[in-house]
Amino acid sequence: TVHTSLDVVDEKISAMGKALVDQRELYLGLLYPTEDYKVYGYVTNSKVKFVMVVDSSNTALRDNEIRSMFRKLHNSYTDIMCNPFYNPGDRIHSRAFDNMVNSMMMQVC
Amino acid sequence: MADEALFLLLHNEMVAGLYRAAEQGEGENGRCTTKLESMGFRVGQGLIERFTKDTARFKDELDIMKFICKDFWTTVFKKQIDNLRTNHQGIYVLQDNKFRLLTQMSAGKQYLEHAPKYLAFTCGLIRGGLSNLGIKSIVTAEVSSMPACKFQVMIQKM
Repeated sequence: TVHTSLDVVDEKISAMGKALVDQRELYLGLLYPTEDYKVYGYVTNSKVKFVMVVDSSNTALRDNEIRSMFRKLHNSYTDIMCNPFYNPGDRIHSRAFDNMVNSMMMQVC
Repeated sequence: MADEALFLLLHNEMVAGLYRAAEQGEGENGRCTTKLESMGFRVGQGLIERFTKDTARFKDELDIMKFICKDFWTTVFKKQIDNLRTNHQGIYVLQDNKFRLLTQMSAGKQYLEHAPKYLAFTCGLIRGGLSNLGIKSIVTAEVSSMPACKFQVMIQKM
């Protein structure tokens, strides 16, 4: 699911080049729904892709919630990038990041 | 950005420190510039990640260069680039008539030969920023008369 969604991300971005200014948002919205899951995407200006897979039965999560979750994720990622001990491209071993993701998951479950 | 005086002092000390170390025989002079450049690269990557967090997605290369000239430069050096020129084939020239890191030196010819030391970090800064936005580039700097300097950005087509 995640791999196919990456193709959709690419598609959306290349289409976005021609789009109007106000549509060039970092949050890409719902990439596509399957029977069991809904896949959402977000791409930063530095071309880092975040993908979130949500159970279709979970109706509590609306577009706005997803958007703010991505924002949080992005903020946290930015903090990692600004950490001088992190080498860009490496696997992320950050307790702060893990904690943030975990607490976000706890909230929605 | 932290207080600019602190940045200036730290930068001056970084340059002085590296070259002092080189004089004491730990590696030759050319390596210092490379080192400063790669420090700038990493800082640029981090900074651009932070600055572009809330901006809309960029339309094209020129859009990115404009961002560097305006927002990025203002945050780091408290002023915009004075002149941006391009040949539309991947070469951009950024001209700063009163470059922050050079303003503290006398404007004559006296220190002209030392100027490149103080530009290496900034070259890296630009290169790092661009690379994090997905553009590979080569950045060189030149000074002809003291507080003014030019950065030439050559985009590497992939």
